[in-house]
Formats: sequence, C-alpha cells, structure tokens
Amino acid sequence: MTKRQNRMILVGLLVSGVFLAGYLGIKAFSENLLYFYTPSDIVDGKAPANKSFRVGGLVETDSLVREGMLVTFMVTDNIKSIKVTYEGILPDLFREGQGVVASGTVLNKCVGLTCTNTFIASEVLAKHDENYMPPEVAAALEASSQE
Amino acid sequence: MWKWIQRQASPKVFFETCSRLTPWFFWPFISLLLIGLYWSLVISPADYQQGDGYRIIFIHVPSAILSMMIYAIMAIAGGIGLIWQIKMAEVVAKVSAPIGAGFTIIALATGAIWGKPMWGAWWVWDARLTSELILLFLYLAYMSLNSAFDNPRTAAKSSSILAIVGLINLPIIHYSVKWWNTLHQGYSVGTGGLKDPDMQIALGIMFLASIFLYVLLVSIKARTEVLIREQNSRWVKEEVVGVEL
Repeated sequence: MTKRQNRMILVGLLVSGVFLAGYLGIKAFSENLLYFYTPSDIVDGKAPANKSFRVGGLVETDSLVREGMLVTFMVTDNIKSIKVTYEGILPDLFREGQGVVASGTVLNKCVGLTCTNTFIASEVLAKHDENYMPPEVAAALEASSQE
Repeated sequence: MWKWIQRQASPKVFFETCSRLTPWFFWPFISLLLIGLYWSLVISPADYQQGDGYRIIFIHVPSAILSMMIYAIMAIAGGIGLIWQIKMAEVVAKVSAPIGAGFTIIALATGAIWGKPMWGAWWVWDARLTSELILLFLYLAYMSLNSAFDNPRTAAKSSSILAIVGLINLPIIHYSVKWWNTLHQGYSVGTGGLKDPDMQIALGIMFLASIFLYVLLVSIKARTEVLIREQNSRWVKEEVVGVEL
C-alpha cells in the first residue's frame, strides 16, 4: 500500500467516524433539540409538567380575544388545540391563521370531572412560513381554495 | 489528465491562473450585484404579510447558502491537500475561511435584523440558528489553528483535519428545519415558497453575484498567499519582484 492510499483511507475513516458520531448524537439528543411542542404533545402529556417550555402551532381563526393588554387565543396543530393567555405586546406578524411560538407553563384546572389546560405565556413569537408572495397572488390562492 | 492537474497545481501556473481570473470575475460581480439589487428592491413586489421587510432574504439566503458551500469547499480542498499533498489546495482552503466566516456573519446579522420585527426576537436558540452559529465558530477555530503554526504545511495539516471533522455540521444546518420544530421557517428555495417569478429571479441573480464575489476574493487572496509561501523561489524573485539573479 502506498503512502497516498494510506492517507486516503485515514481521511475516509475520519469522515465516516465523524458522520457516525454525528448520527448517533442527533438520535440521542433529538428530543432536546425540539424548539417547541405541539398542542397534541401537551394534550397527550408529552410536554414537561411544572416546567417552562414552548408551544408552537397556528393561531385558530376567530379565537383571539383582547381585554386590554390581556390576550387569549387558541393554538392548534389542526389535530388538537390549547388555550393560551398572554399579557404584553404581540409581534407584527401575529395574526389569526398564522404560526406562533409561545413560551410559558401549563395550568391545569379541574372543575368536577372536566379538566382544561391553559397555557400561560410569558413570551409570544410569530413564526413565519416559507411562502413569500405579493398580495394579488395571496388573494388568488385564497379564492381558489374556497372554490 | 493527472499531468495536467499537476501542472495547474504548480504555484507559478496557479498564480497566473488567479491573475487571469480576477478581472473576469470583478466586472460580472459588480453588474450582477447592481442588477440583482435593482430586481430585489424595485422590480420584486412586496410580500402579502411582511410588506417590504421580506426583501432582506435577497441578501440573507445567498449568504447562508454560500456560508455552507464555502465550508464544504474548504474541507474538500483541505482533504485534497492531505491526501495528494497539493499545496495549492491548501492555499484555497486557507483563503476561503475568512470569506466563509464573512458570509456566515452576514447571514446571522441579516437574520437577526429580520427576526426582531417579524418574530419579535433578535435571537432564539433553535436548531437552525444555533447550528449556523456553530458554523461561525468552526470557521474561527479553523483560522486560529491555521495561524498557530509557523510552518504552512503543518498548519494546513492540522486545520484540514478540523475542517473535515466540522463537515458534520453542514447536513445538520441544512436539515435542522426538517428534523426538528424550529422557529426558523422551512425551505423557500426549491419548494415553490417564492410564489412570484420576479422574487425568484432576484434571488437567483443575488446568488450568482455571491458566487462571483467568492471566486473573485479567492483569486485575489490566493495570489497573496502563494507569494508569501513561495517568496524564496526563483520565479517569484524574477517575474514578480523583478530581481535579476
């Protein structure tokens, strides 16, 4: 074996070793790398209890209620949804039907046998989607989806 | 073929190639940049949600792509230098690092400027933003390690290994928005996220301009690097400095 082939094998081993380590690391830490939980996760009890975390999803249409600085809205992943309350200034892109990520804790209130989860948010960030278009195109898409 | 590569990789021929490339990339870069900026800022329509604020993507997206592309080039050139001991590959890897770091900083800064009004936060520790920040640290580590040795060959050897190890970060950056929930949005390029043809053209031109800028900067910086490395060689003294031997 020539020296060059030797070096080639060493570099190859280095690359495959690093990628294997990376793959295993990502597998192991996948849960910690989630930036937010979905409303379904919370309803199914997968989100951490008694600990601050983030919830992400779409703001349900016609769910936004403002009482002074206090806002209440539903966040949904189109399967389950959760009520979120927040006191403060909302970002520009915050809109009904748009993505949102809120951080805070879940408050579980039980009246009789029915329990309701409320997410008390301390921070609300708007999540933008990957679509960029002029208003005319947005209007046309809207119209065609309603047909 | 092998002979041809060896000839191209000799310091003198490489130096001359770089000298010839510079003007071929300078004027196209300037024109592409001006046309691209006009297309981005004037011809492209405003976004239905973000108004004019979205236009920062015409800088942000090409810079982010280049920051990853240049890292890949740097690591591959470093690997070629390690295996085939081609000195000019080491030069390309070394001069690429600060350019790539620059593009990374531009991507991070423009993202933060956009994030504050749109998301409501300058910075969040989601997978996409964090992995891009790690890319910047990898560039800085590469540059520090490379300048820590007096002998350029030793420097290239150690820093190339670092660059190759850091390659693992590239798929993480790219797939972060797909593998995990992130605040950063998913792919707009290649998925029809840009719904307007003028937006697509503007982004395409700005991307091309960035590539031209990269090659232009490499061709200039590589020449300096070759001269430093070959300062004692005969051809530098005779043809560049003009000393009679």
